[in-house]
Amino acid sequence: MSARDDIFGNIRRSLGVNGTETIRRQMVEDRLERSPRGVIPQRGQVSGEERIALFKTMVETSLATVTEVASQAEVPQSIALFLRNHNLPATLRMGDDPRLKTMPWQDTTLEIAHGLSEGRDLNAVSHAFGGIAESGTLAMVSGADNPSTLNFLPDNHIIVVSAKDIASDYESVWNRVRFAYGKGSMPRTVNWITGPSRSGDIEQTLLLGAHGPRRLHVVLVRE
Amino acid sequence: MTVHSTSPQFKQNAARALNDDQLQKALGNVKQGFIDKRQMAADKLPEFEALRDSARDIKNHTLEHLDLYLEAYEGKVKASGGHVHFARDAQEARDIILNICRDTGAKTVTKGKSMISEEIGINHHLEAHGITPVETDLGEYIIQLRGELPSHIIAPAVHLNATQVEEDFRRVHTHLDAKRDLSEPVQLLTEARAVLRERFLAADVGITGANFLVAETGTSIIVTNEGNGDLTQILPKTHIVLASIEKLVPTLEDVSQLLRVLARSATGQELSVYTTFSTGPRRSTDADGPENYHVVILDNGRSSMLGTAFEEMLRCIRCGACMNHCPVYHAVGGHAYGWVYPGPMGAVLTPSLIGVDKAGHLPNASTFCGRCESVCPVRIPLPKLMRHWREREFERHLTPATVRSGLQLWGFFAKRPALYRFATRAAMGALALAGRQRGRFSWLPMAKGWTKYRDFPAPHGETFQQRWKRERKGARP
Repeated sequence: MSARDDIFGNIRRSLGVNGTETIRRQMVEDRLERSPRGVIPQRGQVSGEERIALFKTMVETSLATVTEVASQAEVPQSIALFLRNHNLPATLRMGDDPRLKTMPWQDTTLEIAHGLSEGRDLNAVSHAFGGIAESGTLAMVSGADNPSTLNFLPDNHIIVVSAKDIASDYESVWNRVRFAYGKGSMPRTVNWITGPSRSGDIEQTLLLGAHGPRRLHVVLVRE
Repeated sequence: MTVHSTSPQFKQNAARALNDDQLQKALGNVKQGFIDKRQMAADKLPEFEALRDSARDIKNHTLEHLDLYLEAYEGKVKASGGHVHFARDAQEARDIILNICRDTGAKTVTKGKSMISEEIGINHHLEAHGITPVETDLGEYIIQLRGELPSHIIAPAVHLNATQVEEDFRRVHTHLDAKRDLSEPVQLLTEARAVLRERFLAADVGITGANFLVAETGTSIIVTNEGNGDLTQILPKTHIVLASIEKLVPTLEDVSQLLRVLARSATGQELSVYTTFSTGPRRSTDADGPENYHVVILDNGRSSMLGTAFEEMLRCIRCGACMNHCPVYHAVGGHAYGWVYPGPMGAVLTPSLIGVDKAGHLPNASTFCGRCESVCPVRIPLPKLMRHWREREFERHLTPATVRSGLQLWGFFAKRPALYRFATRAAMGALALAGRQRGRFSWLPMAKGWTKYRDFPAPHGETFQQRWKRERKGARP
C-alpha cells in the first residue's frame, strides 16, 4: 500500500469514518465554499480618516515609518527625500508596476533600476496590494509588477500604498484577493509585512535588520 | 527515529542543567521577556479570549475532518503545479527530500526554521549524502554551528549567552579578520547576515516548514521575523515544504483567526513581521520564485493520536507559550527534555511520538501548576494530558518500584479514612514537635531528594482536614 493510502487509512480508522459519509463531505464542502468569518476584532472596524489614522499608528508600532503624500505624482520626491534624510545613496530598484512606472521619477536625481533583485541592492520600492489597519500590515502579491525578492533583499524597503486600499481587517483583503484571482486561487506568493526584519535570538535582545530589510518605510498616497 | 533521544535520562539531564551557570543565566531571559510581552499583547485585544475559543474550534473541526481537508488540499496543490508527497515516518520523509535534492543536483540546501525537520533529522541525512544543509534562522544557525538541538521551539538558542555565540563565530568564520569587534549582539547579527546572504544566493534547494496549510487554496504558510524563511524559499530553484498532517486548516479566514493568536502568544507581537502565503511554483507572470514546489506531508505517529485523548495535542500551533510560562522549563531549559520538543507541549507530544517507555519522565516533570493550559492559544489541557501519560505509565508498570510502592502505601491509607486521619494527625503532630525550633527541616528521612535543594517547612501540627473542619464551623455558626 502506498504511504498516501496508508496515512488516509489510518486517519479514517482513528476517526471511525470511511471518507464517504455525505454529512461530513457536505460540511467540508460548505466550509470551503462559504469560508465563514470568525471573531473580527473591533479595533479595525472604523472607516475614513479614523481607519487611516489607525493604520499609521500600527505601522509605527511595528517600528516602520510612514509618510503621507497627496497624490501619486508626489511619491518620487518623497522617496528621494527619505533616502537623503537617512544618508542613503540615490538608487532605487522597482518592478514593472504600472502605478510606479508612470510616476515622475525624472523629477528626481534617483538612479532607477528595474526587475528582480539579485541581492546587491540597497534600496527598493514596491507597490502594495493593500494595507490592514488592524495591525499596520502591508499585503504584497508576487508578479513581475512587484517581484518578491524586492520585499526581502534590499537594506531599505519602501512600500507605496493607496489610502483607498487600506482595509479594516485581513478578511477584507482576502475578499479582494478572491475578486482579483478567483475563489480558491491565489497569486504565487502573498506577503504580509509588518515592520522591518528583526531577530531576538541573541539573549532575547530585539535587533532590527536580521536577513530582510533593516528599514521599512511606507508612503501612503491619499488620492 | 534517528534523532537520538536522551529523554530516558531526564533526571540526569535536569541535574546537569541545574548546575550549569551559563544556562541558568540564559534562562533568566525567558522568565523576564516572554511572559510580560504576551500579557501586554493579550490585554491590548479585548477579543483575545474569544479568538482563543475560535482557534480551538477551528482546529477541532479540521481534525475531525482531516481526511477530507487533506484531500482538498492535495488537489489544490496539484492544480497550482506543485507536488505532494506523503511520508509515513521519518525515514520516508528523509528519502523523499534526498531524492528531490538529488534530482535537482543540489550541493547546498538552505533551511528555514522547521521543528519537523529536527524531528526527522534531515540535516544529518543530507550531510551523510554529500549535501550541505545551512540553517538560516539566526538561532538555528548558531545551534547548527554547535551541533546542538534547539532548546526552545521559537527561540532555539535561548540557552546561550552572547559570549558563547561570539566564540562560535570566531571558531567557524575563520575567513574574517580575527581582530574584529564582536562584543555587541548587533555585531554578531550583522556578521551572520553577511555570511548567510552568500549562502542564500548560492543555494540550490530551500527547505521550509509550514505553520499552516490551507485546504481552500493549496497554500503553505510560514511566519518569521527575520525574513530568512522567505529568502530560503524564493531564491533557490526548488522549494520543499515539510509539514505534518495536523497543520491543515480549511480556509484563509480560518488561518487569519489562528494568526491573530499565534504571534501574540509567542512573542507578544500583533503579528510576526513576515507572514508568507505560498501557492505552487513560479508562474509565467512571475519575475522570481522557485520553479519547483514540493510539499512533504509527514504522519510519524500523528494519525494514531486522532480519536484518542491525545487528539487535543494535535491542535498545537507551536507558539512556545507553554514553555515560556513553565516553572520546570525555567529551571532546567529545553535540552533536559532530551528530544525535539521541550516544555509542557513536549512532555505530552514526545511520549506519543517516541513512546512512553522512553519519555515517561517528561509528563512527570510537572508541578501541575496549570499555567501552560491557562496561556495555550488553542486551549490544550496540557496538565490533563500529562496525567493521562502518568496513568498509562503506571498501568504499563513503567513507573519505578519506589514510586509504585509509595503510591500503594498512600492508597492503603487513603482507602481507610479513619486510619488516614489518625496517621496524618500523628505525623503532623510529630513533625511540628520536631521542627518547632527552626520551623524547617534541612534533612528528613526518606526525603533527601527534596531537602538536598531546599528546606522542608515544618507543619504547624494541624492537618488539612482538621483546619477545613474548623474553618467551615467558623463560616457557619
